[in-house]
Amino acid sequence: MRRSLRPFVNDLVVRAAVAAVVFVLAAIVVHVVTRGAALVSWDFLTTAPRAAGRAGGIAPVLVSTAAVTAVALAAALPLAVGAAVFLVEAVRPHTVAARLTRGCLGVLAAVPSIVFGLAGNMIFCDWLGFGFSILAGGLTLALMILPIAACVAETTLRMHGEDRRAGYALGLPQRRIVWSIMLPAAAPGIFAGLGLGFGRAVAESAALIFTSGYVVRMPDSVFDSGRTMAVHILDLAMNVPGGDGNAFATATVLLVSVAAVVALFTALDGKQGREFV
Amino acid sequence: MTLFQTIISRPHRTRPFRGPRAPKDLVFVVVLWASGVLAIGAMAGVLIVLAIGAAPALTEAGLAAFMADGDWYPTAGEFGLVAMVAATLAVSAGALAVAGPLGILCAVYIRYYAGDVAGAAFRVVLMTLAAIPSVVYGLWGMTVLVPHIAAWQPPGTSLLAGVIVLSIMVLPTVAVLAEAGLRQLPASLYLGSLALGCARHAAIKRIVLPSAKGAVAAACMLGLARALGETMAVLMVVGNAVAMPDSPFASVRTLPANIALEMAYAIDVHRSALFVSGLVLMALVGLLLVMRWYWGGADAAQS
Repeated sequence: MRRSLRPFVNDLVVRAAVAAVVFVLAAIVVHVVTRGAALVSWDFLTTAPRAAGRAGGIAPVLVSTAAVTAVALAAALPLAVGAAVFLVEAVRPHTVAARLTRGCLGVLAAVPSIVFGLAGNMIFCDWLGFGFSILAGGLTLALMILPIAACVAETTLRMHGEDRRAGYALGLPQRRIVWSIMLPAAAPGIFAGLGLGFGRAVAESAALIFTSGYVVRMPDSVFDSGRTMAVHILDLAMNVPGGDGNAFATATVLLVSVAAVVALFTALDGKQGREFV
Repeated sequence: MTLFQTIISRPHRTRPFRGPRAPKDLVFVVVLWASGVLAIGAMAGVLIVLAIGAAPALTEAGLAAFMADGDWYPTAGEFGLVAMVAATLAVSAGALAVAGPLGILCAVYIRYYAGDVAGAAFRVVLMTLAAIPSVVYGLWGMTVLVPHIAAWQPPGTSLLAGVIVLSIMVLPTVAVLAEAGLRQLPASLYLGSLALGCARHAAIKRIVLPSAKGAVAAACMLGLARALGETMAVLMVVGNAVAMPDSPFASVRTLPANIALEMAYAIDVHRSALFVSGLVLMALVGLLLVMRWYWGGADAAQS
């Protein structure tokens, strides 16, 4: 009798673990959205915060978030595509250069975001003299999303080896093959990688608090400091008594925008089940 | 192979075909190499900047001052990082102790229990967990978890709260990477054991998981690396008092939280001391990376 129970118990453990994970996700999302959704309105999205964020909306925060992520993606795109094309076209897989590049990207992917914050603060805010600014924050995030975007871009480029060899068989020069064959063919995958990068960038707070700063005014240019949604949530939760309501409302907006963009980019990519956690 | 080669080696691919190269292509090749060098430079740059930032404090106070079991009053020349290193390790190890087994069970579920639809759906669940911003986890921890713990063991902001929040955040990393490791096993391994009369649970426990040991260990290492570096969610729930983690209900401060809390107003040696915190954190993560490569091979579970 005891022996025959064992498969049942083992299966139960696996299914219980899965049920627990699903339950926790549901609990968190439901809690945040139920407390936040009621406060989200057109006014909330289009007015400036009042009373340190307790009242009013998040218009300047939305603008800053968009600006920081736009800078990050614009800077990361050429770097990531360049590194990926380099790995596919310029070096053979087992050369020192290829291994070193890949190794460096691997290490970069494991660097904690707060360390990017430290480095970004020193390089962009101090040395390049940008101060606390959207530009400094965006460039810091670009470094952070470079490895993941490069990895996705490389994988996608490698999927089109046939087209590439066909190009060479036609006698096309390398630059034509890259520009006219490989990059267009790999574009959906490259943008999917950027979508993942966006998900990471828009969620980031640790790398931004001392690079793009937390000034809540509407930014005039990329040289102004700007507070992103994640930093706004952090500030409301930690430093503003009574800021909980708007923190949840901002968190709801943040969750919805992450979900929307990741879904959009995944749909563009078309390849299901790509996993880069 | 040297250790270095082992660390960064990848499985063999066929040699890329080399086409004819026009002179104009040379410019293109230079640009390509420049982007490769830039990728290497990005990583080197981050590490070098960290070292440059840390240098003033290290030369003024010496490494010993940071390693001594002292207090953390950097403006008064006391730089003891030991309590914060211990707290960082405690929170991360606790999180891995929860998320490791759970993540492996989740990977086993996707691979051997779920059908196509349930497996895909559960994958979406994991992706969603991975995509939720850390401040949102922190906010949830502050408003739900901490009050619950406070009702039991005040004040609630504690090592335990940090462990729980962090384990939820690390779980998808472990699960997805472990699942990728299981997928790389030859199908004949599992099917063969079933054909020999193994029950499903026995085949998984005795055949599949031991064979995927390397990849699963690598997944756990990467999960741990992520846990070590997590800043905001932990900062929001652990209380941030600089103290040795002597009880699950004690308020502690982790290395990343220390940087995030003080960087805004730190100047001179204090600022430099925070760069030392970053350097120590980076050293811990680096150690894990080496361990992961050692166990899992460089190709396993590349994120």
